[in-house]
Amino acid sequence: MSVLLTRRHFLTALLLYLAFALAVMFVAPFIGSESIDLRTIISDVKAGADSYGADTRIFIYQRIPRVLLGFLVGGSLALVGSVLQIIFRNPLAAPSTLGITAGCSLGAVLAISVPQLAIYLGPLTSVQIFALIGSALTLGLIYFLARRTEGLSMYTLLLAGVTIGIFSSALIQLIRYLSDPNHLVAMDRWIMGGLDVIGYQQLGPLLPLLLPGAGLLFMQMRSLNHLSLGKDMALGHGVDVAAVQKFCFWGAGLVTAGAVSFSGPIFFVGLLIPHAVRRLSGLDQRIVMPASFLAGGAFLIACDTAARTIVAPTEMPVGIITAIVGGPFFIYLLLRKK
Amino acid sequence: MKADLLNIEKVSYAYGPNGWQLENVSLALGPGQIIGIIGPNGAGKSTLLKIAAGSLSGSGGSVRLKGRSLKDLSRRQIARQLGYLPQNVTSVFDHRVEEVVALGRFPHLTGAGFLASDDLEVIERCMEQTETIAFRNRPLSQLSGGERQRVLLASVLAQQPQVLLLDEPTTGLDIHYQVTFFSLLMELADKALAVAVVTHELNLAAQYCHRLLLLHNGKTVKEGPVEEVFRQEVLGEVYRHSVLVGTHPVSKKPIALPLTGARANSQKGINS
Repeated sequence: MSVLLTRRHFLTALLLYLAFALAVMFVAPFIGSESIDLRTIISDVKAGADSYGADTRIFIYQRIPRVLLGFLVGGSLALVGSVLQIIFRNPLAAPSTLGITAGCSLGAVLAISVPQLAIYLGPLTSVQIFALIGSALTLGLIYFLARRTEGLSMYTLLLAGVTIGIFSSALIQLIRYLSDPNHLVAMDRWIMGGLDVIGYQQLGPLLPLLLPGAGLLFMQMRSLNHLSLGKDMALGHGVDVAAVQKFCFWGAGLVTAGAVSFSGPIFFVGLLIPHAVRRLSGLDQRIVMPASFLAGGAFLIACDTAARTIVAPTEMPVGIITAIVGGPFFIYLLLRKK
Repeated sequence: MKADLLNIEKVSYAYGPNGWQLENVSLALGPGQIIGIIGPNGAGKSTLLKIAAGSLSGSGGSVRLKGRSLKDLSRRQIARQLGYLPQNVTSVFDHRVEEVVALGRFPHLTGAGFLASDDLEVIERCMEQTETIAFRNRPLSQLSGGERQRVLLASVLAQQPQVLLLDEPTTGLDIHYQVTFFSLLMELADKALAVAVVTHELNLAAQYCHRLLLLHNGKTVKEGPVEEVFRQEVLGEVYRHSVLVGTHPVSKKPIALPLTGARANSQKGINS
């Protein structure tokens, strides 16, 4: 039997991943510290917005936006991971490899530490604005360091990303050391990652980063299959390697910056999900990338639902859950491969 | 005389401002020809092939594919006519043989790149030609070195190129796989493909190539029919080792043997 990806296999697999993601998205908002009954929501919605009960308001204005944010962030991180593992030719690459996560955290921690810096722009909080600035500066610096006349140096990109990550972490430690102790809890919570969102207006600013970034990445799906065999082989097959690497860098940078600025650093999704998808659906990036997006979104929603439920009525940072679930699952994948 | 498919004229390349240089090297490749590019380590063989494939931009001269400069062609246009197999290809993930061969259809596909029946026929044919069809569903990691090289060649052949550039394709292979590989190149040349192969297997090059290009320190030492290049004073000086040049008892083509413990140019040839 042929192992090649046909249009029918592609569509079937994609529909299955989509159905799974939609199922998780549908179920998750009903689960939480208080379970919500579907009939209550339907009757309240039929009666109109003025007669919404507490459950319906929580469902519509808190849980659904949170599920949507979880889907976008989880999907983004997994998508970026599936791309970086190829362009860096390193199965351990993840969104944090680019150093943007650490740069973003530095910006957020600075904003929390110095409340006088507070600026607000539309629905964006000061922390989100500084996180975005941190991401943008990191992205620009890495690009400047890795730029060559013949294109981006992937080697320098990898080293610069890791180095800036370590440097930013050191600066975060310095800021924490100098900060008012009252701010430390807020910093810790941000660094643990979370999907705290109220209403839909906060989702809007994510899209101008996520849509063009993801678009750039999805346009490279076919070419990335060739980069798995190395730069020269890809070039021989007719791939414009320098252009693909550049588009992937900017695409991954924009998507990561958007996702992490809104959720804080969430680890393991970008590493684990692409590998799980490859085990289930093969190595063709044309299925790995969209499937990673859908499965990553569903995975983060599920983790966030657990984070909201396990220690109810309080909640746990979702980054803890992704690491606790993701670590052993990744080891299980490695053992199965062995 | 048939027109050359690939024309490399006086190309140069420097690694860094004061670094190693390839200087004014020329090569013409016509249909049905196999040209062996030989020379010691660091002679510039792979650099020349990279320039010919458009992977490196030479600092001077020109590379013309069927009369058109590579600079005027897109990567896809080049790949539809020219296949390039680099050295030491490794894969990040463990692709299966058929997937790797199918990747060669890239320059002929548009949109999402799903394969049509014509593409599947080409892939099938290339796997048959390279005798890789028997293990089409096996992952690369489970292949021997010779099988792996044939799979990569099948992937390049799936581009349906008229020119093939191969960089040390038989390095590390045993004598059976080496001979099988070069025999396959001869079959391809019989079908009017133009082949340039970089190799350290001097005797295989002499048996199978129509012409040889001998490089040393980035410069052309000799280019021409095998008999002209396979001269012991030339090979001895370039390889910095005494070489005996004789005649293969069956094919009657030249062969070169290293002489142990002797100085360059101090010995006579086997047949002399």
